[in-house]
Amino acid sequence: MTSRKTVLVLGGSSDIGRATARAFAKAGYDVQFAGRDVAVLEPDAADLRARYNVECSIFKFDVLDTASFDGLVGGLPALPDVVISIVGLLGAQENAQSDLAHATTIMRSNYEGPSLILGLFAEKFLARGNGTLVGVSSVAGDRGRASNYVYGSAKAGFSAFLSGLRARASSSGVHVVTVKPGFVRTKMTEGMKLIGPLTVEAPVVGDAILQAVERKTDVVYVSGKWRLVMLIIKTLPEAIFKKLKF
Amino acid sequence: MTLVSGWGRFPVVDSELLRPRSFEAVGEAVAGCAGAVARGNGRAYGDAAIGASRTVAMTGFDRVRSFDPATGRIRLEAGVLLSDLIDTFGPRGFLPFVVPGTRFVSIGGAIAADVHGKNHHCEGGFGRYVESVLLRTGQGEVIEASREQNSDAFFATIGGMGLTGVILEATIRLRPVETGWIRERVISASDLDAAMRALDAGDSATYSVAWIDCAAGGSNLGRALIYLGEHASADELADGADRFPVGKDPGLAVPVDLPSMTLNRYSIRAFNELYYRMGARRAGRSHLVSLYPYFFPLDSISAWNRIYGRRGFLQHQCVIPEQGARDVLGEILDRVSKRGDASFLAVLKKLGQGDGILSFPLPGYTLALDFPLKGDILNFLDEIDRLVVAAGGRLYLAKDARQSRATFETGYPALKRFSAIRRSLDPAGNIRSKLSQRLFDEV
Ligand SMILES: Cc1cc2nc3c(=O)[nH]c(=O)nc-3n(C[C@H](O)[C@H](O)[C@H](O)COP(=O)(O)OP(=O)(O)OC[C@H]3O[C@@H](n4cnc5c(N)ncnc54)[C@H](O)[C@@H]3O)c2cc1C
Repeated sequence: MTSRKTVLVLGGSSDIGRATARAFAKAGYDVQFAGRDVAVLEPDAADLRARYNVECSIFKFDVLDTASFDGLVGGLPALPDVVISIVGLLGAQENAQSDLAHATTIMRSNYEGPSLILGLFAEKFLARGNGTLVGVSSVAGDRGRASNYVYGSAKAGFSAFLSGLRARASSSGVHVVTVKPGFVRTKMTEGMKLIGPLTVEAPVVGDAILQAVERKTDVVYVSGKWRLVMLIIKTLPEAIFKKLKF
Repeated sequence: MTLVSGWGRFPVVDSELLRPRSFEAVGEAVAGCAGAVARGNGRAYGDAAIGASRTVAMTGFDRVRSFDPATGRIRLEAGVLLSDLIDTFGPRGFLPFVVPGTRFVSIGGAIAADVHGKNHHCEGGFGRYVESVLLRTGQGEVIEASREQNSDAFFATIGGMGLTGVILEATIRLRPVETGWIRERVISASDLDAAMRALDAGDSATYSVAWIDCAAGGSNLGRALIYLGEHASADELADGADRFPVGKDPGLAVPVDLPSMTLNRYSIRAFNELYYRMGARRAGRSHLVSLYPYFFPLDSISAWNRIYGRRGFLQHQCVIPEQGARDVLGEILDRVSKRGDASFLAVLKKLGQGDGILSFPLPGYTLALDFPLKGDILNFLDEIDRLVVAAGGRLYLAKDARQSRATFETGYPALKRFSAIRRSLDPAGNIRSKLSQRLFDEV
């Protein structure tokens, strides 16, 4: 009998985190859930156990508490096969423009923390010779926009970190996936105006991540339409782009 | 405010739509509000799932709490869809005991309407397999209700159309099955008498339902195809067949509202002729079909409600007690076939005793018809209602958007008892839907 694979989901209590854990559990993975509030994760862990008869354990993880990362990585009962970082904070750009603490939190939540934790797992995976690292970044990192460049720049940093790590790991058995969901209907985007045809539900993201891991895809735009949209946005000349206040 | 409507797209009403994320937030959404009601997946046709002023969407609550494969007992949040349950637990050998004609309904909606399936005549409704519910009452309490504990609240909640409070969680029993296949046998009946005889003969079949050609009149009046079904065992499957077929997402979608011209007496008649003949050719022999097309034939086309055009449509589903049913059903079908604008196919089914105080089923025959919303249809349906009431029958609240208070009150003699229980759970009247405003004595 082959032993089952294990996935670690960092930021498990988000809608995308739940959906991703479900997709992997359905495919037969045992799940390690990590999040800031472990009590919140318990019902979701119970859900996976009841639905798919998989093992599901819970760990405390705060993306801003980088000092705790070594402890988390070393404290896991088993080094997972796949680690997925879904952590992120949209924040409020308008506040972040003058509130340095808020801007810092956005930057650290989307760049510093996710990069450092995946970096630690990368060392372990490279030493072992296999494993998949998944970072959920954002199309917002493809080009800074007037309305959310604090968040976007942090995501850009994270995307760059992931692509560099991927290049470094390319000749090893370790694979790195960058996921760029566009609009996803979640808690985070509730109340925002989302463009219907460009918006997906969280389970679509979960399935896309599972597929990317299994097929060893490098960069995934969850809805294919975004690849085109971002291509256009990225190639607009700066002189025109800066006049677009979106 | 948001415009909210049911599956029939009539009526469309302004109601504040909230999506609470926690049970506490559900409580807050209901508290101190002049009329809120829970909404599952919006598959009720009329105004049952629209709050008088606030509508509390429950599909975000989609976790399974626990499952015991030894007993098939499952505890889940009320927003879990039956489709999810089937896809997840079917391959593990368990299905819901009762499913309605679409799998896109929530557990909460299935309990609140005490939905019936093709097995009601022998196995009862969804409510029979509910062991307990966690209910957030209008008064603000969260209570566990079962046959033993808070039993009044329990039997009022089954079939209670959300009016006893918000179902947060439920414990139900699942049916162990060997496969996801149904052994189906089709019987063709050339008129209503033959159709009713075939349904009676199918009493011992686990599943039975008749599709009636309601365009046919005269000597063909009530001609039908009767579909009987049994769960297939593993040794009936061909070698290499999947023990559990995969349910496909609805592929074909109706992208726009079709002009109401598309449905006319000629297109309906032609379609029904073809449908009847194709079915009659298969009659007699039995064969295996996947549970998906067997139970949910309409689910293969998403948003099919758009076929009826922007103005929406009405479903009329009545149940007529066994005694004298033949004459009343004949009269209704005759009037419908003379009008010529009813649904492609009507559904005729036998029902047994319902379980909840306000449950729709009673021993007899139920007939379901769709009508596009136009012309004098409201008057026509009022006339049909008079026939139903005179025969001691009633209309299904989950399909209703227009019956009169008098029709409702005569059809549901246990209403007084239901209302008393409801008042005790919600003295301030926090729970109120557009349906309850229309049919109950309240503003
Ligand atoms: C194509 C089609 C075929 C159908 N076939 C059948 C059939 O064969 N048999 C049958 O019985 N029905 C049938 N129905 C009707 C359907 O099963 C019921 O209307 C069912 O209640 C819909 O469930 P829902 O989750 O969409 O609930 P909604 O439509 O959202 O709500 C229905 C009722 O349930 C209440 N409710 C929903 N969730 C909760 C909750 N958590 N707590 C308390 N109350 C709640 C609402 O207040 C409302 O009164 C069919 C409907 C369609 C569209």
